[in-house]
Amino acid sequence: MPVTHKTLVKSKQGSNAQSQQKPLAAKTAKVVSKKKDEDDGTEIGEGGDEWMHGKTLIKPPDQLDLTEAELKEEFTRILTANNPHAPQNIVRYSFKERSYKPISSVDQLAVHFFLEGNLLHRDSDEARRQKAKQGLPDEKATVVTETEDEKLETPGGGEDGAHSVDSKTGKKEQKLTNQFNFSERASQTLNNPLRERGCQTEPPPRASFSATANQWEIYDVYLEEMQKQEKNKEKAKAVPKKEDDKGKKKLTLVETQSDDLTKVAKVAKIIERMVNQNTFDDIAQDFRYFEDASDEFREQEGTLLPLWKFQYDQAKRLSVTALCWNQSYKDLFAVGLGSYDFTKQGRGMLVFYSLKNSTYPEYNYPTTSGILCLDIHPDRPYLVAVGFYDGCVAVYNLKEERPEPVYKSSSKSGKHTDPVWQVRWQKDDMDNHQNFFSVSSDGRVVSWTLVKSELVFTDIIKLSLVGAVSEGPEGVPPPTMACGTSFDFHKQINYLFLVGTEEGKIHKCSKAYSSQFLETYDAHNMAVDAVKWNQFHPKVFISCSSDWTVKIWDHTIRTPVFIFDLNAAVGDVAWSPYSSTVFAAVTADGKVHVFDLGINKYEAICQQPVVAKKKTKLTHIEFNPVYPIIIVGDDRGYVTSLKLSPNLRSKPKEKKGQELPRGPEVEIAKMEKLLSLLREPENSKGRTESWCQTDYGPQALDFRR
Amino acid sequence: MAEVEETLKRIQSQKGVQGIIIVNAEGIPIKTTLDNSSTVQYAGLIHQSVMKARSTVRDIDPQNDLTFLRIRSKKNEIMIAPDKDYFLIVIQNPSD
Repeated sequence: MPVTHKTLVKSKQGSNAQSQQKPLAAKTAKVVSKKKDEDDGTEIGEGGDEWMHGKTLIKPPDQLDLTEAELKEEFTRILTANNPHAPQNIVRYSFKERSYKPISSVDQLAVHFFLEGNLLHRDSDEARRQKAKQGLPDEKATVVTETEDEKLETPGGGEDGAHSVDSKTGKKEQKLTNQFNFSERASQTLNNPLRERGCQTEPPPRASFSATANQWEIYDVYLEEMQKQEKNKEKAKAVPKKEDDKGKKKLTLVETQSDDLTKVAKVAKIIERMVNQNTFDDIAQDFRYFEDASDEFREQEGTLLPLWKFQYDQAKRLSVTALCWNQSYKDLFAVGLGSYDFTKQGRGMLVFYSLKNSTYPEYNYPTTSGILCLDIHPDRPYLVAVGFYDGCVAVYNLKEERPEPVYKSSSKSGKHTDPVWQVRWQKDDMDNHQNFFSVSSDGRVVSWTLVKSELVFTDIIKLSLVGAVSEGPEGVPPPTMACGTSFDFHKQINYLFLVGTEEGKIHKCSKAYSSQFLETYDAHNMAVDAVKWNQFHPKVFISCSSDWTVKIWDHTIRTPVFIFDLNAAVGDVAWSPYSSTVFAAVTADGKVHVFDLGINKYEAICQQPVVAKKKTKLTHIEFNPVYPIIIVGDDRGYVTSLKLSPNLRSKPKEKKGQELPRGPEVEIAKMEKLLSLLREPENSKGRTESWCQTDYGPQALDFRR
Repeated sequence: MAEVEETLKRIQSQKGVQGIIIVNAEGIPIKTTLDNSSTVQYAGLIHQSVMKARSTVRDIDPQNDLTFLRIRSKKNEIMIAPDKDYFLIVIQNPSD
């Protein structure tokens, strides 16, 4: 509505038709769009009056005075596009017709404004000329545009091409592309989509391995290989033993599974010995190295140095009844324990000690009956023959684990009816069976042969009483059997052996003759406790008895060569293995007497008590075959080891410049020399001998106090 | 098995023995009479020593083998007896 107000205002102000017609005509185009009535002009004018009541109308002086009727006269105004100023009747002279003609159509255009500009169309000639005039610096800028223009125009025709050629000659250094139909084209092949495919295998199992290759490792491996091969060979041979193998395999499996300490057994043993060596270090040193220096000053005397003492807890109440060194293992010895007391018979024990371990035995076998004697096989050091108080004999195999003997005689198989006092191994018989002899109080000397798993016995000889056979009362025939208490086999002459009896006689027997003795010696007043052949001289043997004497014999002579009275019951006597003239005896007063006939024919060169308590009786003595020690057993179950001082081990002195011949010949010669001294007055053999006197001079006699 | 136990007991009761350790081939102590830390220490150190000693002996002569090793020190003596799978260590003070 405000627009209309403006028009109103203008129309009112421009009541002068002339002055207002031109702007009205110019605006007719616009105003036409808005419809207006003629009435509006006046009515609105009135409205305007009301609206602008502030203003008062001022009549111009030259305004026409009209009457009211004239005022209300309506004038029609029409808006047209005609130029009102354009002449409507233009006449022009036409030379053709030689007259004036009216022009029907009159140009209605009214130019309101006219300005000359200086813009040229670029394609027009003038523009081109100007470009050419502008010259080179504008080339580049215009190239693109021109080329573009050319592109646009090329489909039109070749004329433009000519132009473009012209325009181009001015341009140098430009790539000559095919101007006609150059088109850059690119194409891309289809790219196959990339796919990654992988597969992973399981990595091979890895184990890290490290080893060193030493000389000894290689050696070990070779050894194992060889053993395996040997086993394979054995398996190939022993096919029927498959079941055993399976059984063994099961055993071995069980063993390896358990975390067992049995494998440590061997090592533990070694350690025990080492610890013992440490504990008894001084003894061990003495054993090896100590030589009593004072012996140099004591010409004819020697001493015994106490070394280890062996005792076993469980053997405390038993007395040592047998001792034997092992020939192969020079530090191992066997101790038989039992009891000599008739009233105190009980169990016994077989114990093996090693010098390397003095606190605990290597092997021990408890037995039901007391042991009285034992012997270790000289060739097979694991076989031990044992004689019991109850008359049985048994053989133990040290290699086996079980505590029972491998063989044992029973009452069926000819066991003795009385205690077995001595056993001795013999050489293998013709069938390569081991055999041993035993002598017992029942008067039989029996040979036992180990056949497979049995002991087969053979009576070798029956000891009969020699002498007066008096008939007892009521015509009962008196017992004709003597009781054998000891025997010994000759070292060189195999069939020859000596038997000592309870009556005090010594019989020289042969294996071949079963009923007769070769010789009988009236040896002692009481039972012969021990009889031993000399280790070197083939003719000499020694015997001892509880009648306090030790006697040395030449077996060709029926009377003793030497007699020694030791003031106490002699338990045992033993020759030394290194000298033919040295022997040792033990007595019930706890003393050890060592004699060397080469040095002193009358007295012991050493008499030494070796046990603490005087009441202890020494029962057995043995020399070690290699080391200069002796072991002594007593009736309390202890075994004491003693080292012989140098004087006791003397060898014949060397003469200057002469090499000393070693070996048994020397010893034999030594003994022979001694004997020859005593044998000279052989003429007076016929005289009857008494026990304490011989005709061979006072030299052999030993009066004690 | 019982024999071994007995033997070990006897060793332990010997005078001056401070302890016994049994070590397996890999150097791990199996049985011991000492406390844990000492055991572990002894086992580890001695294992190496024994391996070295054994190697020495065998390198000189592959047919030879180590039977036992004694290490005597001012205060005590360590005795080691090696075996194929185990070895036994005993510590003793011999002057007691």
